[in-house]
Amino acid sequence: MFGSKISDTTTLILFVIVVALIPLLAAPLGAGYPALMQFFAIFGILAIGFNILFGLTGYLSFGHAAFLGVGSYSAVWMFKLLSMNVIPALILSILIAGVFALIIGFVSLRRSGIYFSILTLAFAQMSYKLAYSVLTPITNGETGLQLALDDPRILDSARTSGQLPTPNLFGLDMNATRVVDVLGLEVQLNFGYFFSAAFLVLAFWIAMRIFRSPFGLMLKAVKTNQNRLNYTGVNTRPYTLAAFVISGMYAGLAGGLLACMDPLAGAERMVWTASGEIVLMTILGGAGTLLGPIIGATVIKFAEAKLSKFNEGVVHGWFDFLPDGLADVLTWVVAKFVGDGWHLTLGLVFMLVVTFLPGGLVEGARRIGGYLGRRGQKEDLEQLGSNVQGGKTTAAE
Amino acid sequence: MGILEVQNVNKRFGGLQALDDVNLNVEENTVHAIIGPNGAGKSTLLNCFVGRLTPDTGTVMFDGQSLIGRKPHEINQMGVSRVFQTPEIFTDLTILENVMIPSFAKRDGAFKLSPFAAVKAESAIRDHAEDMLGQVGMLEKRHMVASAMSRGDKRRLEMAMCLAQSPKLLLLDEPTAGMARADTNATIDLLKQIADSRPITFVVIEHDMHVVFSLADRISVLAQGHVIVEDHPSNIKGNPKVREAYLGDAHE
Ligand SMILES: Nc1ncnc2c1ncn2[C@@H]1O[C@H](COP(=O)(O)OP(=O)(O)O)[C@@H](O)[C@H]1O
Ligand SMILES: [Mg+2]
Repeated sequence: MFGSKISDTTTLILFVIVVALIPLLAAPLGAGYPALMQFFAIFGILAIGFNILFGLTGYLSFGHAAFLGVGSYSAVWMFKLLSMNVIPALILSILIAGVFALIIGFVSLRRSGIYFSILTLAFAQMSYKLAYSVLTPITNGETGLQLALDDPRILDSARTSGQLPTPNLFGLDMNATRVVDVLGLEVQLNFGYFFSAAFLVLAFWIAMRIFRSPFGLMLKAVKTNQNRLNYTGVNTRPYTLAAFVISGMYAGLAGGLLACMDPLAGAERMVWTASGEIVLMTILGGAGTLLGPIIGATVIKFAEAKLSKFNEGVVHGWFDFLPDGLADVLTWVVAKFVGDGWHLTLGLVFMLVVTFLPGGLVEGARRIGGYLGRRGQKEDLEQLGSNVQGGKTTAAE
Repeated sequence: MGILEVQNVNKRFGGLQALDDVNLNVEENTVHAIIGPNGAGKSTLLNCFVGRLTPDTGTVMFDGQSLIGRKPHEINQMGVSRVFQTPEIFTDLTILENVMIPSFAKRDGAFKLSPFAAVKAESAIRDHAEDMLGQVGMLEKRHMVASAMSRGDKRRLEMAMCLAQSPKLLLLDEPTAGMARADTNATIDLLKQIADSRPITFVVIEHDMHVVFSLADRISVLAQGHVIVEDHPSNIKGNPKVREAYLGDAHE
């Protein structure tokens, strides 16, 4: 899956198969419940979109969570005003996030490097603060934007009593889950997951097309030498702005999907650590690669769900076989890295990956693949060697 | 009327008069060399042609249009390409991609949103890029990543990138600086072959007199920001003013 020899079509087919099998693959790991699987797909979309900006152009946005939040608010407003059908909600999420990205990108892209990052960070924090203050009529402040029974919902039939309605796709409920038994394994087939996964596949396919397009080539050229590109007759600003808007729309879609799975939106979704998490996902998996960001998002969401659940009692259980004193010490140390402290683990893993595997987990997989198939690679190397030699002769002519 | 006409250009950096009332007239389809000691203002002058610097006063006309106030990409789209003093290429990309990018820029203009087109399907662009690489003798290496090349090869690549756009005017800033004699001679041959095979105008900044006298149709000598002589190469060698400028340089 990581070699360059596999064609894009094959990669896409394998990707679809893996995504479709996630409920089965995640179940033995205790990760096969709807909320977590939905996160895999939705944060995968977010990371793919972020990678179109950061991975291709090298512009490191530290404010992408703002677009995620904007997407969620837009979707919930659509649920309140128009219909519980997810389609109009998602369309609005993408559009509004796109408009926000256009404005923020237009201003921030006047600078590059660290100044660009700081500008995006400032914009995101501004959105976050505004959501709590001036914009409370739209965001409902700290409580967050929620559904109410007496919302207009002009397209849906009126409902004045009973339960709150749930987001659906033409009547198919996002919450609908069927549990099937596969060889004694309880596999949960959740409609919300498959719906999000369909968007993940679409998002992946679009990213793949962008990576292989002349547009994508220009974005890569921006990353390696923007100066040369300018003197080559290319106006780099609209290219970077287009990448910024596309990646903002991806984030808006992700935010909209989050609201489809759980119809409420809060400002905490836009806080700067949320933006930082998107950066971590992309770099951990492998910035600039097609699959890396999705892998990074899955690993982080999985680790968050698992590690944050362990508490001191659980950890002590692991060390029961050791003498009491030692077990206590080990428990004390390890407990710092789980539960609320799981971010410590994340930070540690992140540092190790950036130091030893700058290309992220995908590079790790590639190295293992290279190690296993070394014989095949040797020929490639020899070919490359003869190329270099050929080069020397020409240069000396 | 020349293809590039520079009149009364002045440029100051703080207290330093980098360009002092520079006049230059470059005829179409000739090789015009600008020589002069280090710090004379040669690179500064070139930067005023490509939109990197704006002169304080004076005019720069290319093909009848003013270049003053235009952005680098606009000037390039008008038909001016530039080779830098240290080669500027896309080091993370392959050699072929390096040459396809300027070809795209020439065909599609300064911006085109084409996220669903495939680079693979652009056979005309690829063939053109390969043709250019063939002309500089780098075709076999086209799938190599550009960062892995020698400096001489990077310079050739940069040349191919510029040629891919069939510029009317090609500006070269010390194209043989830091090269071994063999590479320098290869570069001279390449430039001659390019100049002879198509309608193109060169402005070459050069330190190496051997290169200058092998190539130039006309030479301007710049010293302390001022053009002290502009003449045919055969008249430059014996000119006392030129000797003085260079002797002064040697004493430093
Ligand atoms: N951006 C700049 N800011 C300040 N001084 C500069 C700048 N660029 C060049 N100079 C100065 O202008 C003079 C001419 O430089 P330059 O054009 O690079 O000379 P040359 O290319 O002929 O060696 C030098 O003294 C240099 O230090
Ligand atoms: Mg110079």
